[in-house]
Amino acid sequence: MAEFVIETPKGKWEIVCGLEIHCQIISKSKIYSGASTEFGADPNVNVSFVDAGMPGMLPVLNQKCVRQAVKTGIGLNAKINKYSNFSRKNYFYADLPQGYQITQFEYPIVGEGKVIVDLADGSTREIGIERIHIEQDAGKSIHDLSPTKSYIDLNRAGVGLMEIVTKPDFRSPEEAGAFLKKLRSIVRYLGTCDGNMDEGSMRCDASISVRPLGSSELRARAEVKNVNSVKFVMQAIESEAKRQVELYENGEDMPQQTRHFDPATGGTKFLRLKEFSDDYRYFPEPDLAPLVLSDEYIQSVRDEIPELPDEKKERFVKELGLTTYDAIVICENKETAAFFEKAAAGHDAKKVANWLMGDFFAMLNEKKIELKDSPVSAENLGALVELISSNVINGKTAKDVFALMVKTGENPEKIVEEKGLKQVTDTSEIEKIVDDVIASSPANVAAYQGGKQGLFGWFVGQVMKASKGKANPVVVNELLKKKLG
Amino acid sequence: MSDLVKLTVTQAKKALDDKKISSVELTKAYVAQMENNRNLNAYVLETPDIALKQAEISDAKYAANTAGALEGIPMGIKDLFCTKGIRTTACSHILDGFVPPYESTVTQKLLDAGINVLGKLNMDEFAMGGSNETSYYGPAVNPWKAKNSDANLVAGGSSGGSAAAVSAHLCAVATATDTGGSIRQPSAFCGVTGVKPTYGRCSRYGIIAFASSLDQAGPIAQNVEDCALLLKVMAGYDAKDSTSSLKEVPDFCAALGQDIKGLRIGIPAEYRPEGLNADIAACWDKGVEMLKARGAEIVNISLPHTKYALATYYIIAPAEASANLARYDGVRYGLRVDGAHLEDIYFNTRTEGFGKEVKRRIMIGTYVLSAGYYDAYYVKAQKVRRLIRDDFNRAFEKCDVILTPTAPTGAFPIGDKSMLENPINMWLNDVFTVSVNLAGLPAISLPAGLSAQGLPLGLQVIGRAFDEMTMFKAASALENDICFVRK
Amino acid sequence: MVVDTQTVKRIASLAKLKIDDDKVEDVEGEFNKILDWIEQLNEVDTNHVEPLLSVNDENLRLREDKVSDGNQRDAVLANAPMSSYGYFVVPKVVE
Repeated sequence: MAEFVIETPKGKWEIVCGLEIHCQIISKSKIYSGASTEFGADPNVNVSFVDAGMPGMLPVLNQKCVRQAVKTGIGLNAKINKYSNFSRKNYFYADLPQGYQITQFEYPIVGEGKVIVDLADGSTREIGIERIHIEQDAGKSIHDLSPTKSYIDLNRAGVGLMEIVTKPDFRSPEEAGAFLKKLRSIVRYLGTCDGNMDEGSMRCDASISVRPLGSSELRARAEVKNVNSVKFVMQAIESEAKRQVELYENGEDMPQQTRHFDPATGGTKFLRLKEFSDDYRYFPEPDLAPLVLSDEYIQSVRDEIPELPDEKKERFVKELGLTTYDAIVICENKETAAFFEKAAAGHDAKKVANWLMGDFFAMLNEKKIELKDSPVSAENLGALVELISSNVINGKTAKDVFALMVKTGENPEKIVEEKGLKQVTDTSEIEKIVDDVIASSPANVAAYQGGKQGLFGWFVGQVMKASKGKANPVVVNELLKKKLG
Repeated sequence: MSDLVKLTVTQAKKALDDKKISSVELTKAYVAQMENNRNLNAYVLETPDIALKQAEISDAKYAANTAGALEGIPMGIKDLFCTKGIRTTACSHILDGFVPPYESTVTQKLLDAGINVLGKLNMDEFAMGGSNETSYYGPAVNPWKAKNSDANLVAGGSSGGSAAAVSAHLCAVATATDTGGSIRQPSAFCGVTGVKPTYGRCSRYGIIAFASSLDQAGPIAQNVEDCALLLKVMAGYDAKDSTSSLKEVPDFCAALGQDIKGLRIGIPAEYRPEGLNADIAACWDKGVEMLKARGAEIVNISLPHTKYALATYYIIAPAEASANLARYDGVRYGLRVDGAHLEDIYFNTRTEGFGKEVKRRIMIGTYVLSAGYYDAYYVKAQKVRRLIRDDFNRAFEKCDVILTPTAPTGAFPIGDKSMLENPINMWLNDVFTVSVNLAGLPAISLPAGLSAQGLPLGLQVIGRAFDEMTMFKAASALENDICFVRK
Repeated sequence: MVVDTQTVKRIASLAKLKIDDDKVEDVEGEFNKILDWIEQLNEVDTNHVEPLLSVNDENLRLREDKVSDGNQRDAVLANAPMSSYGYFVVPKVVE
């Protein structure tokens, strides 16, 4: 693993960082009420009396949210707690209608787990999961409609969240970034969260401290709140760690505190000290009895778990012969992996991977489109590779065919057929062209035979040109060698 | 007073069924009675127009033979129950003008059974109090007066309005709630009958929460039979309350008038502390004798942690209340006392909107949950709560029901200094009732006699969890022998 | 445990309640009296006792995941002291 050390003239420091990630659970209705979780509704439309904290209203737990949390726990190789319970976290906030958040505190639904992250240098690292608990999201205050007033929309209030808490296992910004990507990949595979950080459906808080390299002490942490992209999380960790190192080296205090990340500067800003305002007075939620899960239930969720990126990657390397790097890239995204598998079915998987990672991704990038909007279907990409493998077309023609596939969405066989691009492998036909080329360029023949070996390529080019690129280059080579001597 | 208002629910229902009276007639009698007794301050909102409209519909249903189980019965609703389109305030300033856009499950069931709503009944603010004196609308007044005195007495609390209204025939029957004795103690004070069912028996949906793990709705009525009839309608599983029980609701009326021979009646030693009021002790003894005479077996039992029930209650209930009452912040409903910032609105609204007792309990609740004290107070109380429940479980191995007094005294004067100056004295009124809430058990209070001052005293029958049937059986036998003469 | 003025103020602030300075002492006195009374619980040996979370023995029942509520903005806002454009309105929240 690439070591990340903050080195100053005065000493060497390492980062100790843990993450808390709030993932919005994919469900139709809210975690404690039957209101819709759909985005984009007019303000306060997707709000039940429960969500609005009206007097006498009671929470009723959504079974889907429980299932999604258990699924996520299994996906993160974590212990599923058969007994968990709910607690009230008490604080006043404009977005929190009940004056408390119903969350899990003492007994979370998921316990310890682990995630393997892949780093750029090809190494891997294990990150520990501390726990996952489920809770409700808050509403939203809009501050820019008026200079003196705030407007409160409770549509999001009560949407189910999973809070995933890691152990303080991160020693570098890169590890944190890799973890977030992996986590996003896993929850997307599982279908438990859509993982869109920029839309706020996955939000990250980072707890950051530093210590002299080699020491095992744990110093006061700064909690950086609501950082909304992988890149920002990495920036926040690096800049905050450096800030703390500077404080320590100047002999200054670094009290436990809450900060927020400023994307404009790439640095963090002080928000508040951790003090009594954080006295949340947790106590067991009397409106919900403890949640007890049976072994059968947990097994039934386990049976629903799809092949996850790590297993898939493993299989692609072992069974399909992909390089580890290609497998990681292809498996990061569930849809890409599925597309690849569909394209590779019955064809040369390694070649399909090359095409996918090369021309195909380049095309998506250039057109700025998503995989699902690709004009080239997985079957057609596979068919294209098959045409190459079976010598129907050569690699060069394939690029032209691909361009036509992008343009028309047609299947490659049809394009090759219609445009007459089929590679010529009939030796007698090619031989005729070779003979013509040799006959019409006596000077170059003489030069070649006189020792100008570099001219061989020129002959190949001439033959290919004359065949309109359809001649099988292997046959062309063989014939030319034979005829030119 | 019209004789109609003296009918029990069962009698009124029969008269309606037999078409001897109409619901409009009955309702009009109650409206008159209600309007003639405003001095009792039992109602904080009268809704005669609604009641009469509902009565007309009830009469139509009788004519069409589609009458419900409680069709046309005029009822009062404790102001803790949210009633759709009818102002509901929990008798707190902070809920000024709140008109719920929804109906509580219990009142919905009653409406579906055909009741008419005469109005909303007075209570202690957010059901916190034992004398109805913490109500923002002033105390309900007990219809009873002590011999040779004209002093107004408390109706008890928190369901003081419900008990006073039933006692003075301002409604045929009333809903109430009980968190630490709020149905039973006022019933005892006003000489009426009230049931706190097993926790989970009635849905809490739409009932303004005080202490969620203790609150239960129940009826206050003129007699045991009416209570049984009402509870049958009020009880039952509700998908909107995760703590409501799936257990089937039996026909409680079938328990009435049954032979109690061999029934084991537990008498807990701890409920007879030194200095127990002599009238109450005598009343209790009389009850024991009556049951014995009917062939019941009297068993001495011990509930050793009784002594700690009140202190346990005054940790758990305020803790839950401190969270339950956090939603009253001036943002979405009720009172808003303005301020420059949202934070000021919170402070201004809550400081002005809550009364003294409510603020006291919010403070205690906040304190016992705060960092560093949680284990010492809240967790400790939860542990003692388990011991209290275990006491009952053990006792119920030896007996089928438990008989105790309902309250340590009869009704006391409104404005009693010793109570108002020392909250603990007021809280001691619940000494015989809170354990039942902590253990989640059903209990009924029925009038059992008069004190030397001529004031009603109550006896309490406690049953096993979800065994209201046996509780009703014993209560019915007692009621029969006591022959209490109501107002 | 004895509660001091500072604690009384802190608790009031957590609960968003104002206590006038001239009343703090009264509240403090009463608070201590109540806590003193509550502390009788310390007489009970609870060393091997599990806290009782719920008197309900029935398992928590869960709701099916379907949209069955909401779409009632007028009712949600009907009691609001101030609302406009479909929002609850409050004085500016200072972060």
